[in-house]
Amino acid sequence: MASLTKVQRHRKALGILGDVYAILIYAVLYIPVVVMMIFSFNDQRYNYYWNGFTTQWYGKLFTNHALMDSLWYSLIIAVLATVISVVVGTLGALGLKRYEFKMKKFVNSMIFIPIIVPEIVLAVALLIIFMNVGFSLGMGSILIGHCTFCIPYAVVTIKGRISGDGETLEEASMDLGANRIQTFLRVTLPSIMPGVMSAAFLSFTLSIDDVVMSNMLSGAKNTTLPVLILSMNKSGVTPDVNALTTIMILVIVACMLLSNAVKAALRKRSAAA
Amino acid sequence: MSTRINDTTDLQAISRKRDLRRKTIPALAQAGPVSVWMILFVTLPMLYIIYISFMSRGVFGDVVYEFSLESYQTLLDSIYFKVIVKSLQVALFTTVACLLLGYPFAYYIARKPPAVASKLIMLIMIPFWTNSLMRLNSWLLLFQTSGPVNTFLQWAGITSEPVTFIYTDPLVMLGLVTNMLPFAVLPLYSTIEKLQNSLLEASSDLGANPRQTFFRITLPLTFPGIFSAVILVFIPSLGIYTVSDMLGGGKVLYIGNIIKNQFGSIRNWPLGAALSVLLLVITGALIFLYTRFSKLEDMEVV
Repeated sequence: MASLTKVQRHRKALGILGDVYAILIYAVLYIPVVVMMIFSFNDQRYNYYWNGFTTQWYGKLFTNHALMDSLWYSLIIAVLATVISVVVGTLGALGLKRYEFKMKKFVNSMIFIPIIVPEIVLAVALLIIFMNVGFSLGMGSILIGHCTFCIPYAVVTIKGRISGDGETLEEASMDLGANRIQTFLRVTLPSIMPGVMSAAFLSFTLSIDDVVMSNMLSGAKNTTLPVLILSMNKSGVTPDVNALTTIMILVIVACMLLSNAVKAALRKRSAAA
Repeated sequence: MSTRINDTTDLQAISRKRDLRRKTIPALAQAGPVSVWMILFVTLPMLYIIYISFMSRGVFGDVVYEFSLESYQTLLDSIYFKVIVKSLQVALFTTVACLLLGYPFAYYIARKPPAVASKLIMLIMIPFWTNSLMRLNSWLLLFQTSGPVNTFLQWAGITSEPVTFIYTDPLVMLGLVTNMLPFAVLPLYSTIEKLQNSLLEASSDLGANPRQTFFRITLPLTFPGIFSAVILVFIPSLGIYTVSDMLGGGKVLYIGNIIKNQFGSIRNWPLGAALSVLLLVITGALIFLYTRFSKLEDMEVV
């Protein structure tokens, strides 16, 4: 009996130790975010040290043209990259899962290259090709770069959600008189929708946060928000960027919570029906 | 007789036509775009960068299209060689640190009930939706000469003079470890989660103490996750230049920074290409090792 309580005490101590450890790790992960948010209220032209509280940057950031321009540039690229990657990725995942063709093994291994190889390698490789064929750098080149690493993630994410009995359902749908497009939209797509949604979310976040590809492939004129921040680093990042980043993370988390709530509601409804 | 032959050829033609409609066209429409994209924007650029690495640099920073091993010889020059060795050391340190910190953390999460575990995993992801450069900038603000950390150290009497943290290797390593940690935790979590409790119980029933159970059951069975984590942490940390740019302030240079510079101010494409090929070779070697005992498709990359 005594030994049992000793074991239990031991377990409990280990449990507390685990909790403390986990809290410490989470603290390390969240400290940069919290510090970033705190310094958005810093009353100083450049962020070096704390100089008093102000909320002025949340208004002023909208008059910072360089910042706003780069934000729009980033958003446009992220939306386009998401749409292209999800379309190519969804079709690709279905094609690579269901059909046998000569190049399949080759394409499958090519898909892993952008995921695994350091981004700088792919970025300079694309840069050399673009320069040599005379493709001018700008939104187009950045977009191609982003899609090149978003498509593989989209394919992998969606492929994981394609179930084995999908084909039987599709055949049933076509036997019942639906054509290929109708079958795709009303049978195939709904069944892989969760995968498509996470692929879209992943593509958007990868694109909007990308530095390396955008930095190597942007033209002289416009650039994305992360590249602007990288260039600000020498002189010091201004607090309005902190304010903007704070707004962005709050929007993303809000979207995430909303989509989870919608998903839960839908699940409840389908369970009831 | 002849009609029968005609019948079969007709049948073959019909079935070929049906195959085309049922299989070939949809296969092309679905797998076509991704295949073309990958060949155009992955295969070709990769082959081309290998080709460029065997060229040499002209006087004006142009590429001289004649076979040469000049760039690879330059890599052995002590300046570049030192950077390569240092980058490898830093990437190795980051990987080991992420494994040591990440394994107990992943274990902790994997032992929670699934509903709690998925929330805890979500909690890891949220900070990473914040711009990575701004998160790095926070470390800079914390460790500034007049920043909170230095103020605390002086207040506590640990140092009398402010310590220079910024633009040093240790701060860059802190940035790397905190940036890469989730890429170690996620694959570790998914293999530890699959670990069956019955095996651990069997081990302890057969008289193994917790340490023996860990080293002889848990660790070997979670090895695929460990190797995934090594690949997902080591390779990016070897090539990344944003962390050293943000926290090293141009004073800390790794392979990534050197490659970037060859395509910017310095303009030596063949050297940049040769360094990229070096990264490709290291990546290839690790992947080859990985495929010896695990399938690439099974790697938890997302």
